[in-house]
Amino acid sequence: MYDAIIFLYQILFSISLFILISTGLAVIFGMMKVINLAQGEFIMLGAYFALLGEVIGLPFILSVVLAMVGVGLFGVLVERLLIRFLYGRLTDTLLATWGLSLLMIGAVTTFLGPQVAGVSVETGRIAVGEVYSISVYNLYIILVAFAALASCWALWRYTTFGMIARAVMANPGMTSALGVDCHRYYMLTFGIGSAISGLAGAMLAPIVGTQPTMGGLYVAQAFVSVITGGELPFLGTLLAGGLFGTTNGVLSYAYSQVIGEIGVFLIAIVLLRFLPHGMTSQKGRS
Amino acid sequence: MTPKLSTTEIATLIILALASVAILAVPKFAGLSLQLDLSIIFVYAILALSMGFMWGQVGMLSFGQTVFFGIGGYSYAIFALNTGDTTTAMLLAILLPMLVAALLGYFIIYGGINDIYFAVITMVATIALEKAVRATSDPRIKIGDVRLQGQNGIAALPDLKVPWNPSETLFVTEVYYLIFIAMLLVTAAYALLLRARVGRVLVGIRENEQRIALLGYDPRRYKLLIFVISGGVAGLAGGLYAVWGNFVAPEMMNLNASASVVINVLVGGKASLLGPLVGTGIVQSLTSWLGSAGVGQVNVVLGLILIAAVQVFPQGVVPMVSAICRWGLGHLVRLAQPSRRASATGGKQ
Repeated sequence: MYDAIIFLYQILFSISLFILISTGLAVIFGMMKVINLAQGEFIMLGAYFALLGEVIGLPFILSVVLAMVGVGLFGVLVERLLIRFLYGRLTDTLLATWGLSLLMIGAVTTFLGPQVAGVSVETGRIAVGEVYSISVYNLYIILVAFAALASCWALWRYTTFGMIARAVMANPGMTSALGVDCHRYYMLTFGIGSAISGLAGAMLAPIVGTQPTMGGLYVAQAFVSVITGGELPFLGTLLAGGLFGTTNGVLSYAYSQVIGEIGVFLIAIVLLRFLPHGMTSQKGRS
Repeated sequence: MTPKLSTTEIATLIILALASVAILAVPKFAGLSLQLDLSIIFVYAILALSMGFMWGQVGMLSFGQTVFFGIGGYSYAIFALNTGDTTTAMLLAILLPMLVAALLGYFIIYGGINDIYFAVITMVATIALEKAVRATSDPRIKIGDVRLQGQNGIAALPDLKVPWNPSETLFVTEVYYLIFIAMLLVTAAYALLLRARVGRVLVGIRENEQRIALLGYDPRRYKLLIFVISGGVAGLAGGLYAVWGNFVAPEMMNLNASASVVINVLVGGKASLLGPLVGTGIVQSLTSWLGSAGVGQVNVVLGLILIAAVQVFPQGVVPMVSAICRWGLGHLVRLAQPSRRASATGGKQ
């Protein structure tokens, strides 16, 4: 009985991690079709903001807010200085953001050193039966992951901002003819995606620590989720996160974490062979 | 019927011939350390060529050539340490990556994954493989008698032996010549491939995949073919890397390695076969110079080069230089024939 609870909890946690690290990319890549290879480094930056918050003595919840605002503003800056010139040039965007990713790793290593630093949060644990216990912090992560995904979905689905933003992405020429400043929406969308990545980084910091190269771990998982998710970014992320989180959780539980990660990759490749447009393809429906 | 050589091809041949003479003469007057430095640049140039050909000629962005580079290196290492037979080990370093490329390529290419998705998936493949190799630090994990040793890599690999006389091994200078000749052969093979019918189809795929399909060629078959060939070339580079350093490590497959292949191609220019070679020469000398000069993190430099290359000179160095040469040559020709110009203008009046 308790075994089953722990097993389910582990799978749910694993799904949440996938959703947490993919939601920012679902906004940037899924909505805007901007391939941001520096996605992992945005998460890394969020983790360092959480560390900064701890160093200057902020409570953890404010550190998380600091990370969201900080990485969000950084994202706006990146959009203005780099991405803006490259809309419509997919390959160039991909290469430039890869350059950005290397630059960020190098800069953080130069100024803050290559070592791992920890961020500590006191939350306690809940006992499950006699043997097991669950960290309360991990429950927060599950909550935050689903809340982040749901609020992004609601923002784009139900608000005026979301409607105009979707219109801008669908047909920028037509939308700007209607008097909308498209550049503002590109900038805001990129900023929101970045802020979500900052949130992910800050939430991950207490469980994985901060390190300049930590982004490489997440960029692969995020891209696999969003690409196999398909054309509906938020539903796709939920489905892909569910599938890969379960795969990873089960394989990690049964064998090891590395087997879990490789299993995810193999399943993604086989899946894309048969569903090239991802799990939420709209092709052929109309 | 093969087409006649174009001016660009003739210029490439002349540059390659001149460079070859200089490079073959290096061991006569330079020490072993320069030969070692140049050898590794040639290895990376072979790797860059395997990526640049697919990107520039076929329009396939493979960011995962380091997968085959790594598998090639590890194949050589494991087989050579187990059996002592370095010739077969080197063959395996080419064949095993081709096999992996065929499997991976089948799923990616026949799944219809194109363009940037192709780039991202191949990149994810190299991340996954690096992780897998890093996770083999348990001393019980062995292939034959060789421990994989996770992130420490495998060291003390045997030197390459002369295939027909296994009691003799190749030393630094011979390895230098061998790697250089391998680079030339690979370049020549790609150039011949480009002139053959298959090459025309591949270029056609870059230009318009749908039209090629309508003409009755199956683009997926051709793309898989070139992916497998280039996988073998990258594997060869990996095997040569193992011979060069007597050492393989998971760093061969990490994101930085994969990024530097792309940067080499981008800086040199992907349109020609010369581009990846020249780009590798420039970028590798620059980074090793910066590394020895202690100018901070190599990552910062690579990142800046990549951003600058995309924003400022997306075509790469080689097309830029050749445009300048053409412009300069045009002027020279006109300067050398003042009388003709004068008479021409005179004739008009």
